[in-house]
Amino acid sequence: MTAQTQSAAEYALELRGIDKHFGAVHANKNIDLKVEKGTIHGIVGENGAGKSTLMSIIYGFYEADQGDIAIDGRVLKIKDSKTAIASGIGMVHQHFMLIQNFTALENVVLGAESGELIDESLDKARAELNRLSEEFGLSVPLDQPVEELSVGFQQRIEILKALYRGARILILDEPTGVLTPQETEHLFKVLDSLKAQGTTVILITHKLREILAATDNVSVMRRGEMVAHVKTAETNQEDLAELMVGRKVLLQVDKGDSAPGDVKLSVHNLSMTDSAGVKRLDNVSLNVRAGEIVGIAGVSGNGQSELLETLAGITPVDSGSIDLNGHTLDARHPMNPSQVRKAGIGHIPEDRHRMGLINTFSAYEAFVLGYHRNHEYNGALTMKQAAIIADCKEKMERWDVRPQDPYLKTANFSGGNQQKLVIAREIEQNPDVLLIGQPTRGVDIGAIESIHKRILEMRDAGKAILLVSVELDEIRSLSDRILVMFDGTIVGEVPADKADERTLGLMMANIVPDEIKALQAEEPA
Amino acid sequence: MSQHRIPAWITVGVIPLANVAMAALAAALVFWYLNINPLEALQAMVYGAFGSSYGWGYTLYYMTSYIFTGLAVAVVFQAGMFNIGGEGQAYIGALGVGLVCLGLGGHVPLFVLLPISIIAAFVFGGLWALIPAWLQAKRGSHIVITTIMFNFIAASMMNYILINFLKPSGTMSVESAVFDPSSWIPKMHEALALIGISIDRSPLNLSMFWALFVAFAVWFFLWRTRWGYEVRAMGSNASGAQYGGISIPKTVIMIMIIGGGLAGFMALNVVQGEAHQIKLNLVNQMGFTGIAVALMGRNHPFGIVIASLLFGFLTQGGSELQFEYSVDARIVVVLQGLVILFSGALQNMMKHPIERLYLRLSSNRKKTSEELAAEA
Amino acid sequence: MDAFNSIILILDATLRNATPLIFAALAGMFSERAGIVNIALEGKILISAFAGASAAYYTGSPWMGLLAGMMASVMFAQLHAFATVTHNGDHVVSGLAINILAAGLTAAVGNYWFSQGGNTPNLVSRADELNARFEPIVFPFAEALADVPIIGGIYSELLSGHYILVYLAFLAVPLCWFVLFRTRFGLRLRATGENPQAVDTAGISVTKVRYLALLVCGLLAGFAGVYLAVALTAQFSPNMSAGKGYMALAALIFGKWRPKTTMLACLLFGALQAIADRSQGAIILGFEVPVQLVEALPYILTVVLLGGFIGRAVAPKAIGKPYVKERA
Repeated sequence: MTAQTQSAAEYALELRGIDKHFGAVHANKNIDLKVEKGTIHGIVGENGAGKSTLMSIIYGFYEADQGDIAIDGRVLKIKDSKTAIASGIGMVHQHFMLIQNFTALENVVLGAESGELIDESLDKARAELNRLSEEFGLSVPLDQPVEELSVGFQQRIEILKALYRGARILILDEPTGVLTPQETEHLFKVLDSLKAQGTTVILITHKLREILAATDNVSVMRRGEMVAHVKTAETNQEDLAELMVGRKVLLQVDKGDSAPGDVKLSVHNLSMTDSAGVKRLDNVSLNVRAGEIVGIAGVSGNGQSELLETLAGITPVDSGSIDLNGHTLDARHPMNPSQVRKAGIGHIPEDRHRMGLINTFSAYEAFVLGYHRNHEYNGALTMKQAAIIADCKEKMERWDVRPQDPYLKTANFSGGNQQKLVIAREIEQNPDVLLIGQPTRGVDIGAIESIHKRILEMRDAGKAILLVSVELDEIRSLSDRILVMFDGTIVGEVPADKADERTLGLMMANIVPDEIKALQAEEPA
Repeated sequence: MSQHRIPAWITVGVIPLANVAMAALAAALVFWYLNINPLEALQAMVYGAFGSSYGWGYTLYYMTSYIFTGLAVAVVFQAGMFNIGGEGQAYIGALGVGLVCLGLGGHVPLFVLLPISIIAAFVFGGLWALIPAWLQAKRGSHIVITTIMFNFIAASMMNYILINFLKPSGTMSVESAVFDPSSWIPKMHEALALIGISIDRSPLNLSMFWALFVAFAVWFFLWRTRWGYEVRAMGSNASGAQYGGISIPKTVIMIMIIGGGLAGFMALNVVQGEAHQIKLNLVNQMGFTGIAVALMGRNHPFGIVIASLLFGFLTQGGSELQFEYSVDARIVVVLQGLVILFSGALQNMMKHPIERLYLRLSSNRKKTSEELAAEA
Repeated sequence: MDAFNSIILILDATLRNATPLIFAALAGMFSERAGIVNIALEGKILISAFAGASAAYYTGSPWMGLLAGMMASVMFAQLHAFATVTHNGDHVVSGLAINILAAGLTAAVGNYWFSQGGNTPNLVSRADELNARFEPIVFPFAEALADVPIIGGIYSELLSGHYILVYLAFLAVPLCWFVLFRTRFGLRLRATGENPQAVDTAGISVTKVRYLALLVCGLLAGFAGVYLAVALTAQFSPNMSAGKGYMALAALIFGKWRPKTTMLACLLFGALQAIADRSQGAIILGFEVPVQLVEALPYILTVVLLGGFIGRAVAPKAIGKPYVKERA
């Protein structure tokens, strides 16, 4: 009995033996976790380690197969989000849970109305929100539709939503993925002031730097298991990384010097406005030479995706021009993705599920996507199925795609093998220029190393490579030159040896340090 | 994403059968309420549909129409869209067939006229699908709603054309003149009589063979040609298809024209094969039934042939009930509705329990090394 | 004066024609605003018309007819919810199933009950001393003012003398607006149609909201069906909805899913129907427009709107997508 009262005093949240299966996938294995009251507790782990599933269980979005959840020492059955909210749990999801055409005020009130009619709810909420935003530095325009607000504001609305519901435990799932380093800093200040007021914060991330910067305690997850609980002050990046992946990892890739040749891809003053009228690319110019990797760094959503898709012929060019391996692509000379491929450009898309693969297709069908009109795969009327399958088998073997079954549906391969499938398809066509987006997203650590190795091999074989990634480590370890994008423009260029995190972070927030300015003044682009 | 692979015999065998069984059960309740013994009714239906060459003739005649309207839905569905416009497309296809037969009938022999009327059925039906297709491809208008609207527009337009242009003067009923007999597609009983086989008179005509051929051709198109590859890629993942250099607007327009054309083929059976004139309302909900057929046939041409036979049986067997038990002929519509409800709208109701049952049974067995490899 | 009279007559018919469209379109608004595509309005109208006429015939009371009609329509709407919400069935397929089922059941059961080829007996019959039809409501002094120029036409002919359901339809418009835009239920319903996952994480049951939305949808569609069978014609006949459910859907889209504009669309479509019914065509700018074109105009206009040629109709974002909790 005394133990119970003691834990009630100490722990805001306690998990005992949480277990969750999704079909055959064991997402959470017998998880124990204790979160001290009034602390910021980090949970780190790779993509797919089971962090989000665990948090969704605490928030009542999924029900655990087994195990107990105790809030303030009392064991509770959290069967839906409503119970979680009533128990004082608030959550800021990775993908914001906002109604885009509602105002901030309506979003906060939704589900926490004070009566049958909404006007009184809105009035009451307005007063309370003004108080909260003043107290924690969370001011937002309350009466504008959310869709018109920046990502930073939207995240504040999410935090306000939780606070308005009286959250004493606030869970944030990968909150910084869409923020600049400076916005991130502000967020951490907000979290600190919440902590000072007695709120318990759980911060989920895969970014070790943030864990060290913001938390008091940290728990590490790996493959559905909780593998360590440590005090933040007593650990460091290397130790955490090792715990996360289960063995020593080389954060730096060995690579030799590049030997750049002719310019294979050049972009001149490229601009692009999307269907909603937002300028996505603004006067972008860049060159990529044969035998070099040019990395594009930036917070996601600053035009990198649009740049890649425009170069690949998926999005049409508004103004400016592109020289693709000797072919001109501009508003007057549009090229579609298959013409771009014919010009010797390979494209590994950022999101293989959205673009690179067709989930219902068998591996052999997926292996010719984009090349399915090539004459070696086609007869007069029919596709040469036998030839395609033989070709697929050969490539699967060369790239060690497992299982080596050309008939297996692409959806049934693991993430790493799916990515290998896409990379193999594009590289095997032997393009002169490779456009690569997020090559290791959702890929396990073993596959990451081999993918990085392949990319460097392509560079050394004289290919011109443009690499877009939101993982700064990836950009820094692979690129020969780094361009930073912000709000559709190229903020500046940094040679790989000068690209430390601080410099890149500032540039990602559109602040160019003086020494970089000086560099650019020396050699005009 | 499915973590466990459910074998095909469950997905395309057990689950559809369970759905039909549920529909049959519900139908039995309706029959029981209408004071008809369900088992006797089933017997009467089977006898009415398959008990004589006359019954077979009608069943296969309906099957022929359903193959066309079912394929019209299915090909478009393979591209990830819903074509609810079969009703109107078939109606306009009938205009094409009718104009060819009225214009050329008696002037050219059937072997010259038939290819032209086949093309006309396809072109007229296809063009009627073109506007919704274009609006979807270029302006993003939802094709479900526009094709519904186009069914009504087709009905009004055909009404106008029939009254003002095709109705022979001096007649009261709104229908065109009867085509010259030389333009008629031969009836099955006539054709078989030529080779000495005698069957009962029925509306069944040689367009049935065209339907079976078209079903095969659709399969070939979808699974053996690069155009079919592009259609299926788009249906499964439109942005993936776009990444693969497939033009979405072109594919939308192409597949809708094909879908509309397939619906138009229905007129060969109903107009050139049977009615021999353009009548008001000749499609008579068969375009809508095509949706049910496509659903039951899982949007696969071979499945559609089987589902068409089932719906042909329902239609013919059901109308037999009318004579057997003074029940309203529209009992057939109830049966169709129940099949759509249980095989379509409620298909997951049986799917999940059956899959769970299978997984429970199979997890008792040891995992084979093959399965383990697939998970790695 | 003749022109004035015929305009009054057309406007009068417009109100009559628009009434079922308004009820049905509002019904569709509740379901579509909650994210459920509703091509099943047709079936819901039909089943309520049948149930309404049957109950009115057996009880002799139009109000009992209304009650029965609403119950039948609600049952079908809940079946719709069972398919689309509980079992994540395709919304279009579910809607079709309901329409086809309603068309078949009303005819088959109707024939079994009354043996009149699927019709119900007439609800007004001297022989049976039956009058189970709604009575028109005559405004005070309507008769006295009938012969006064202008005012008589407007007051006595156009405004007075409609069935109570006609007035209720127009009252329902502001009421539905209030419910959708000023109450907690409406807030939650609209949110569900935009982003059900956000609603779920806000601690609200998406399932409950959608079932309730379809319940209201069923109630309103019930008014539409009962109006057709128990007020307008005093008899049910098979397929008497004759595409009104689809036209209401068109009006809902044409009205951009908002109550007032949807009502205006219903009035426009009702007026077109009135014009088509009155003449064998209309002369517009010296051209003779065939009556079939006038009839098809609501659908053509909706297609033109959907094509983005006159404004833009933006549907609720989550419409037509079953809400499945995604595996993180």
